[in-house]
Amino acid sequence: MLATIGVGSVQELFDCQIPAGVRLGRALDLPAGMGEQDVYAHLRELASRNVSAEQEISFLGAGMYDHYVPALIDMLMERSEFLTPYTPYQPEISQGGLQVMFEYQTAICELTGLPVSNASVYEGPSAVAAAGYLAKLHNGRDRLVVSAGLHPHSIQTLRTLAHGYGMSVVEVPLVDGVTDVEAWTEAIDADTSAAIFAQPNFYGAVEDAAALSAAAKSAAGGEGKAPVVVAQVDPIALGVLAAPGECGVDVAVGEGQPLGNRLDYGGPSFGLFAAREEYLRRMPGRIAGETVDVAGRRGFVLTLQTREQHIRREKATSNICTSQALNALAGVVYLAWLGRRGIVELGELLLARTHYARETLTALEGVEALHTQPVIRELAVRLDPDIDLAAVKARCARAGVNPGVDIHALTARESDRGGLLVAITEQRARADIDRLADVLGAAVAAERRREAVPA
Amino acid sequence: MSDAGYPDDLLYHPEHDWARIEAGESQEATLGITWYAQDALGEVVFFEAPAVGTRLVQGSPYAEVESVKAVSDVVAPLSGEIVAVNDALEDSPQLINEDPYGEGWMVRIAPSDPGEREQLMDAEAYSATLGG
Repeated sequence: MLATIGVGSVQELFDCQIPAGVRLGRALDLPAGMGEQDVYAHLRELASRNVSAEQEISFLGAGMYDHYVPALIDMLMERSEFLTPYTPYQPEISQGGLQVMFEYQTAICELTGLPVSNASVYEGPSAVAAAGYLAKLHNGRDRLVVSAGLHPHSIQTLRTLAHGYGMSVVEVPLVDGVTDVEAWTEAIDADTSAAIFAQPNFYGAVEDAAALSAAAKSAAGGEGKAPVVVAQVDPIALGVLAAPGECGVDVAVGEGQPLGNRLDYGGPSFGLFAAREEYLRRMPGRIAGETVDVAGRRGFVLTLQTREQHIRREKATSNICTSQALNALAGVVYLAWLGRRGIVELGELLLARTHYARETLTALEGVEALHTQPVIRELAVRLDPDIDLAAVKARCARAGVNPGVDIHALTARESDRGGLLVAITEQRARADIDRLADVLGAAVAAERRREAVPA
Repeated sequence: MSDAGYPDDLLYHPEHDWARIEAGESQEATLGITWYAQDALGEVVFFEAPAVGTRLVQGSPYAEVESVKAVSDVVAPLSGEIVAVNDALEDSPQLINEDPYGEGWMVRIAPSDPGEREQLMDAEAYSATLGG
């Protein structure tokens, strides 16, 4: 090859192509190589610094939850037919994978009560941002109104993309844990492209989705001016909540991790994206469609590809040109495993345990509810201001319990100081909740005693 | 599909768009894409006209036409305001392939500058640009 291009050596090729000013000019400063046994020992030591939900009783949540993943899912995901293929651009050899996408889309449509879904996007926050862009493509407006109850990662991601798309983001505050409907209505006008809220919201509270959707539509003044109403939903909570499609929501997005995917230190997972039919051509991501072949047999293909980058280039509906097929497979298998009855039973179980957890924890000295709204699977409490939350968490960790997420660390809102977000899954038994109460109560009391002593 | 042809009573823009100046005082212009354009696109599956009242600028794209494999800009051969759109194309976009100069018409405008017609080609000149 070198001879063909008329260069004497690889070094000569680099020398004549790469400007001297950007070349390093020395060998890379790497440590000496290690033997396999030593590498293994080194990696094992690094890994041992992590504590997983398997090693402590974990009440961590805030968007990703420690649900049980049945062995069935790993067994199917590890099949090479699902594990190894790339994008199914050649439908003839991809019917299995395309059918899974189609079944997944169908399940998401049933769960959200909306008629169209894509084959998944990367995760929840970027799905929210993509919905913001869909609204701009649809109505050409530049203003996004978002509830402060949206996950902070969703708000940040939305702001990042909004900046690129020339859109502004206005935040509406919460009142007693839910979106302030008056402020929401006040903030929405005829220039608003989309109105976005979360259900349940970041603080675990159930919002009045129907009221927020209706208020958004009438606030803009008239049918033609209504913003696109977007809800970021927790798919597990949809077992007991009214479907977004039935609440006037136009686009439902969400983090799919709770469906059949483990925590895995934050990913990979998938994002769900469903909408009313009129937004179909503005949707991002892959869409699997049902069709017939030349012999009239039912088959599946990628459809509506003219939305995507490889055809529409800079006018595409999104920069995403993939789907999280493997994680979405886990999601649809999980939903099939739970079934219609199972997802309702799970929701009811979570409702009962979460309310029990809130009662039990708020009965502790120095712990109060951050809000008293109905909750489904996550609750927010606040420690008295004189108590050091980080120190309390450290004490709990030593007792083998992770009590939850430091809310202020994620939101940076003054009103969230001392706030703790406690997540409940079916893996947290009532006894685990009792243990949390004991450990948290003891930690708070110990910190109080310590604080009372002059430093 | 229709047969290749470029009617003499139309004016043509090099981006494969045609204009027909309607009879009558208002001199409205009906716009569409040529046989060559629909043939290159293949089976048209979607066309959404902009709203009545939208202002077009000669040479600028005002809509998109989608086939199974591609999306193409539809360029305005003349400037003006849209006075009518062909609603039939929403349910039957294939009319653009079957009858690009008749039932496949896209929008009708009230031209803002009659002088712009000078810049368009007649059927013979347009055919010549298409080569052998």
